[in-house]
Amino acid sequence: MIKRITWRAATVTAVRWETKTARTLVLDVPGWSGHLPGQHVDIRLTADDGYVAQRSYSIASAWSPSSPSVELTIQRLDDGEVSPYLTDVVEVGDKIEVRGAIGNWFVWRDTQTAPVLLIAGGSGVVPLMAMIRARGRQPFRLIYSVRTPEDAAYAEELRHRVRENPGLDVHFVYTRKAPEGAGAPKRIDVATINSHGWPPDFEPDCYVCGPTGFVETAADILVALGHAPTRVRTERFGGA
Amino acid sequence: MGIISRGFGGRRRESLPGLPPGQYLTHDFPVLSAGPTPRIPLDKWKFTITTETGEKHSWDWKEFTALPSEEFTVDIHCVTKWSKLGTTWKGVSLDTLFEDVESAADYTMAHSYGGYTTNVPLDDLLEGKAWLVYEFDGEPLHPEHGGPVRLIVPHLYFWKSAKWVNGLEMLNDDEPGFWEAGGYHMYGDPWREQRYQGD
Repeated sequence: MIKRITWRAATVTAVRWETKTARTLVLDVPGWSGHLPGQHVDIRLTADDGYVAQRSYSIASAWSPSSPSVELTIQRLDDGEVSPYLTDVVEVGDKIEVRGAIGNWFVWRDTQTAPVLLIAGGSGVVPLMAMIRARGRQPFRLIYSVRTPEDAAYAEELRHRVRENPGLDVHFVYTRKAPEGAGAPKRIDVATINSHGWPPDFEPDCYVCGPTGFVETAADILVALGHAPTRVRTERFGGA
Repeated sequence: MGIISRGFGGRRRESLPGLPPGQYLTHDFPVLSAGPTPRIPLDKWKFTITTETGEKHSWDWKEFTALPSEEFTVDIHCVTKWSKLGTTWKGVSLDTLFEDVESAADYTMAHSYGGYTTNVPLDDLLEGKAWLVYEFDGEPLHPEHGGPVRLIVPHLYFWKSAKWVNGLEMLNDDEPGFWEAGGYHMYGDPWREQRYQGD
């Protein structure tokens, strides 16, 4: 039988800024039956004259019966129609229509036993963060490219998880301004992925998410290094 | 009408007759792919129609580009909500490719380099409704956008327009392709907003 993915009225129960321009909305979604890390939701906004806008957003939180909420981290796009509303206007108690969870390809399941390599460009970190939050003992590495240290979302939580959870490594790439001791700013390249990823022999499951150009570059490097294209899952956003 | 979003005004865009429900207009050309972009050398490129009886009709690059081509302008609609109006392509009509194909099957599965698949009913490929294209905006089709050759079925959501296409398999029964098996709609009509199973 076909299961319809229905619209549900979610309530914003908490908000928090992750960077100066990215905000997390914590949603209580009545009837939510759970989600896998990497999945997304569609959201629908309706103006009082009936004008409707829909967008897709990745889920940042890991789901379990004891933590049933859905967290979305929204990056504000200054020329956007929907994201500035979600980052700057929405308040705790507001209702937003959502449906999901959607997608079964760019997901990580805890039955996967292979090492995992996550490569994030900017706000592409969001679905990868859901994977890190859902992780058990599997070895994970995250390469996270940001413009400046201030643009890194979840920085505190990532530091904490690296300290507390053996088997998680995080490497930052700074493209505009690097902190003291981190070397000159650079873009992700073969050396980065060679040094901070897994060797292809380990047959890791690779997930790459970010703007199109970033994902093209990182996925091409992975294939050139010898990773099987079928083990490289990508999710791209933004204009080409 | 859904619940009102407090304080949401939207952009108040003029209503665009070319825009299906739930879509917004983009002037960029976003990319949606499940994996790395395959690079296919033209001398290795080949396109094959396989009928339900196993009969094959194939074209290599030289044969394919020698077929009569058309330049056409259509609107495209991605299930991720963007639409792009007035895109211009050059390629070969599927009517031309199916001219000598004998088949009683009603469905097809498009296959691509890299392993992607998507299902399209045969009727949706014929009578001027679909093309295999090799140029976008007067330029050779970039690999990111599905080059050297992609399928274009503009009246369905754009995931049906398989990038890096290398074959069509005729099927007696409709079967789900890559995204369809993952919960996306079997048919994908943007005007009926058939995004996901059950829509």
